[in-house]
Amino acid sequence: METRNGSWGTRARGIGLAAVRGLALALVTLPGALLGFTLSLVSICLVPVGIGAFTTPWVLTGVRAFADWRRVLAAEWYGVRIPSAYRPIPENAHAWARTYAMLRDPATWRDLRWLQVDMTAGFVTALLSAALVFYPLEGLAVAAGLWRPLAETGGYWYGFVRVADQTSALAAGALGIALLALTPLAPRLLTLHFRLTRAVLGAGQGELAERVRVLTETRRDAVDTSAAELRRIERDLHDGAQARLVAMGMDLGTIEMLLDKDPAQAKRLLAQARQSSADALTELRDLVRGIHPPVLAERGLGDAVRALALRMPVPTEVIVDLPGRADAPVESAAYFAVSEALTNAVKHSGADRIWIDLHHVKEGHVKEGAGMLRITVTDNGRGGAVIGAGSGLAGVERRLGTFDGVLAVSSPAGGPTMVTMEIPCV
Amino acid sequence: MRVVLAEDLFLLRDGLVRLLEAHGFEIAAAVESGPALARALAELEPDVAVVDVRLPPTHTDEGLQCALNARRDRPGLPVLVLSQHVEQLYARELLADGSGGVGYLLKDRVFDAEQFVDAVRRVAAGGTAMDPQVIRQLLARRAADDQPLARITPREREVLELMAQGRSNAAIAGKLVVTERAIAKHTANIFAKLGLEVSDDDNRRVLAVLAFLDRGR
Repeated sequence: METRNGSWGTRARGIGLAAVRGLALALVTLPGALLGFTLSLVSICLVPVGIGAFTTPWVLTGVRAFADWRRVLAAEWYGVRIPSAYRPIPENAHAWARTYAMLRDPATWRDLRWLQVDMTAGFVTALLSAALVFYPLEGLAVAAGLWRPLAETGGYWYGFVRVADQTSALAAGALGIALLALTPLAPRLLTLHFRLTRAVLGAGQGELAERVRVLTETRRDAVDTSAAELRRIERDLHDGAQARLVAMGMDLGTIEMLLDKDPAQAKRLLAQARQSSADALTELRDLVRGIHPPVLAERGLGDAVRALALRMPVPTEVIVDLPGRADAPVESAAYFAVSEALTNAVKHSGADRIWIDLHHVKEGHVKEGAGMLRITVTDNGRGGAVIGAGSGLAGVERRLGTFDGVLAVSSPAGGPTMVTMEIPCV
Repeated sequence: MRVVLAEDLFLLRDGLVRLLEAHGFEIAAAVESGPALARALAELEPDVAVVDVRLPPTHTDEGLQCALNARRDRPGLPVLVLSQHVEQLYARELLADGSGGVGYLLKDRVFDAEQFVDAVRRVAAGGTAMDPQVIRQLLARRAADDQPLARITPREREVLELMAQGRSNAAIAGKLVVTERAIAKHTANIFAKLGLEVSDDDNRRVLAVLAFLDRGR
């Protein structure tokens, strides 16, 4: 019996949740999509005049954020994964170049198509999934006494029943109970909503070429980044530890010479040589931390992030729920992404508290039983964080891109800021 | 005093053996892997263990885990952990049982033989030896908006740092070139400002300060 109750409970919860989500979605979808579409249209029309070139990147970035937000909801609520395949926007480029790049991206036009679907079919499916649950409840409320004030205002129809007195109100209640049988459709309808979104927004079969292009791009980014890293390491070693060891060797040579002639001076140089070796060690240690932090090697991602949090000047809470260790490259990318997000939060947000959550999500809906490493970094700062604009988040996005990971930033003015990162892993 | 030493790099192990022997320690065993260390700690019952965090075969934090396990079996077993990097996270784990006899130092500290040997002796006697870097990290994190710490004078802060590293009043006095009585006065002030209970026992005092610095984080 109990298990039955349990399953009923979870089903009822699922239905209620679908209703609330559907309602919220419907309320956001219509104005959001309308606004996004209108602004995009106006902005693109104004491109020839000149003004559009400056507004279009902003508007389209907003539309992308709106679409990305929906991608996150689709994955989180019903496990519908909608791949995102935007071409990167050239940074530091002229407004014209950015507008041109964005307008050439097929994903932009896909977004605009989706906005139209979203404000019509998307809105209807979302609202309907809420109505499926709330309308029967209304019938019951009418039967319970709500009919009195309603009947007074004039004719009130519940479905095909005209409610005027207690008898017709009871009929409305009966209809409500009958309609209650349809409520299990609500979650399915909402899933349908997201499938529809995927059909319009997701890259189709014909866009495999686009995928190849993205892969080429991220691979080039990865190669560029690692080449730049190697150059930095070489320079650091050359100017740092290596130079200090040379100085130490010279000091030792001098000491050997002075040992008999001037023991006091030799002693002084000895102290200097020791200082050089200590400095070299410190520099090497810092360098190693930047290449592959020792805690990451010793303990894995969870403890490495905990150790990182302990170094932050802002109190940082870490929650880790990871079943095992991911592949070393994924761990490393995730670690540096978290590190960057934290640095960003500390530098720009003015937050006095940060929360990090790391967990592994098993996706039943994804083939091959693959999973996701999902990381959120939340701060209670002033918000207004954006990807790009030298915030460091663009670097995180590039870093994650190599692993087909995604980055989503929710940061309304006034805060809080929530940076969500997802990396596919086994 | 019998020491079990675990360090996988031959040069460093050899150097440490020579250094400790030159200062009158008896090396009960000098091992190079985690399993060998676990065996040595269980069978040889040393007075103190000097252990590298990272050891073969896994090259993860095997040495630290061995040390923590051994202390679980034999509470208070003096352990001095050495590493190429220091992490507050590890320091916290070592100090968690609150029983002292714990050291956690950067390998660089071996350069100063006198101080290093002093640290080994202190740990063996049930005291504490925390790396200055750990203490500086702890202080840096608390400093920003901390009320009690803000009331401390720069001189008292110096004393606090040295005290948190595990040094006795006499040692602190020697290092700062003042009398022991002056240090005792500073310590009393620090404890009053931080709202900690004064204790004559050096070890308990250090643990109280470390617990204070690590609190609420």
